[in-house]
Amino acid sequence: MAPMPLTNVNTDAIIPSPWLRFANVDLGRGLFGAQRYDAAGQEQPDFVLNRPPFRSARILLADENFGCGSSREAAVWALSQFGIRCVLAPAFADIFYENAFRNGVLAGLITPATLAALLDTIGRYPDNPVFQVDLPSCSVTGPYGVRHGFTVPASRAAALMRGDDEIETTLRHTDAITAFHARAQAEQGWLYPQGTAC
Amino acid sequence: MQGALGAAPPLSVFEKIWNAHLVTQMDDGRDLIFVDRHVLQETTSAQAFDGLSRAGRTVRHPELTVATQDHIVSTAPGRDEDTNPGGLELLRLMRANAFAHRIRHFGVDDIRQGIVHVIGPELGLALPGCILACGDSHTSTVGGLGALGIGIGTSEVEHVLATQTLALARPRTMRIRYDGVLGKGVTAKDVILYTAGQFGIAIGQGFAIEYAGSAIRALPIEARLTLCNMSIEIGARLGLVAPDDAATDYVRGRAFSPAGDALALAAARWKRLRSDGDAVFERDLSVDCNRIVPQVTWGTSPQDVIGVDEYVPDPGSFADARRRDLAAAAVRYMGLVPGSTLAGLPIDIAFIGSCTNGRLSDLLEAAAVVRGQQVAPGVRAMVVPGSTGVRLAAEALGLHEVFRAAGFEWRDAGCSLCVSINEDIVPPGARCIATSNRNFENRQGPQSRTHLASPATVAASALAGRIADPRRGHVA
Repeated sequence: MAPMPLTNVNTDAIIPSPWLRFANVDLGRGLFGAQRYDAAGQEQPDFVLNRPPFRSARILLADENFGCGSSREAAVWALSQFGIRCVLAPAFADIFYENAFRNGVLAGLITPATLAALLDTIGRYPDNPVFQVDLPSCSVTGPYGVRHGFTVPASRAAALMRGDDEIETTLRHTDAITAFHARAQAEQGWLYPQGTAC
Repeated sequence: MQGALGAAPPLSVFEKIWNAHLVTQMDDGRDLIFVDRHVLQETTSAQAFDGLSRAGRTVRHPELTVATQDHIVSTAPGRDEDTNPGGLELLRLMRANAFAHRIRHFGVDDIRQGIVHVIGPELGLALPGCILACGDSHTSTVGGLGALGIGIGTSEVEHVLATQTLALARPRTMRIRYDGVLGKGVTAKDVILYTAGQFGIAIGQGFAIEYAGSAIRALPIEARLTLCNMSIEIGARLGLVAPDDAATDYVRGRAFSPAGDALALAAARWKRLRSDGDAVFERDLSVDCNRIVPQVTWGTSPQDVIGVDEYVPDPGSFADARRRDLAAAAVRYMGLVPGSTLAGLPIDIAFIGSCTNGRLSDLLEAAAVVRGQQVAPGVRAMVVPGSTGVRLAAEALGLHEVFRAAGFEWRDAGCSLCVSINEDIVPPGARCIATSNRNFENRQGPQSRTHLASPATVAASALAGRIADPRRGHVA
């Protein structure tokens, strides 16, 4: 678990905009690009994700309002392609939170006390910051069995474990969507043009 | 209808619009809401169309969907799709995907092209009481017309394409009341920056914000669009002003707006879209507009903001340790001296444009400051209209001549230096005063330094060569 105890980490920082110019690129390389690399593209040795053992981190420990700013889902893709499967933080920005679950990245809410305790644990075992996240019990267990809880809505946890396709779930309500549109069009024809564009 | 058994529960305007779009409730408790308008842009839709194709799905309502090219387009005068080679892949994909799925597409060669949040209201695509979704966090802009604009990620773009709905947890309700009168040189931009400074950038997390009060009622629609645009900068995915007669007047005569009897029917419906007097808001805040002076950001977050004549804070003055650290880092990054005023700080670039301040009224406000004067030597000053429609309207009024004569670049429409994903960037270490919405580290280019302000403040600063107070005339 890599510690990043900064508030208001925005999605521009998570994935800088130059990485958004292409439809297919390894965004994991761009993760936190502006902090991870210097102007010449060399790694900044002090940056947490450049330091062993955090180079292979699978869990990111973050602070309040993580993922604020731009809606860019590439922020989650970058985390995921780097190898991060779970972000734990006391609060997430709304759009980032949605984007995370839709890409199988667990966004777990922790209390500020848990954040402090986890940071403390990482500090005490710097060579072995290995934690295990258990989704069914919503817990994270650190070295020597230190265990903390996190919060995730039960329905989201279940959907993650089943690997639900959100669109498929919604399409089960196709009849309701069709009925809604028909009724709305009858009431407000001016809002819902008939037929297709072009 | 209110019956003898008691009144219906009081509702906020947000709840009325949300409820009117409720298709069903999902098993997990989220609401499935119908999306009336879906606006696509090139940098957040390519993967959504990929996903759609992989799953063998189609666009459910192409007639409710429009696409444009805005983020990665060149803004060089006379540009076309090829002008910025770095943008070609995504621009071509947007055009091809729109064509393949029979979606209206306003490319750079179309007079209806522009920044998604500018063309929505301008073309009458965004209407009071409608729900509009777009893969961009500033979609709340259309809240200025009394619409619900929902900024979404790319997976949700795919979800809307396939289903014309969004599955969302119902946001909590929040109201910010603005009373008092805006002083000379104080604009909607200053109001929302001041709000970020007062309440912080996370106050709106999980909420839909209604901006209310006499000072908001007094704002013209385009100023309300500016205000709602930056809802995300205070943490809210949604922000709106209840529609009134000004909203109906704004909508009238636009390309895709209802007209004639249809508009009369629509307007009658829109009249009901206001919060009941006894509506309950989970969070209720107020702002005294008499206290607001022109605002300029000093740090790397929209909440790092002060009056143009106030002093850059000493990081040590923040009580919260984490805020103190962030402030210290911001002061360092921005190359500032705590205790100095922002006014007088030399600038390298002045940028007028973006979905926040790229509309005709913004350009008029800036032109009034600039007319007959000269940009300071060494300053690169640029105006990037928010849409091709705005550019043409401004040119019809001769504004391009005013700006060009003063030494400004007059460019073609796009997001430009707000997101700097095309070729427009601020060089490392350079200081830019901008009418855009984010002053994050590296936002306008690696090591760029951004100060957010209103069009009048940016215009005055371009002339002075230094951050300047728009309430004082430019002194050469």
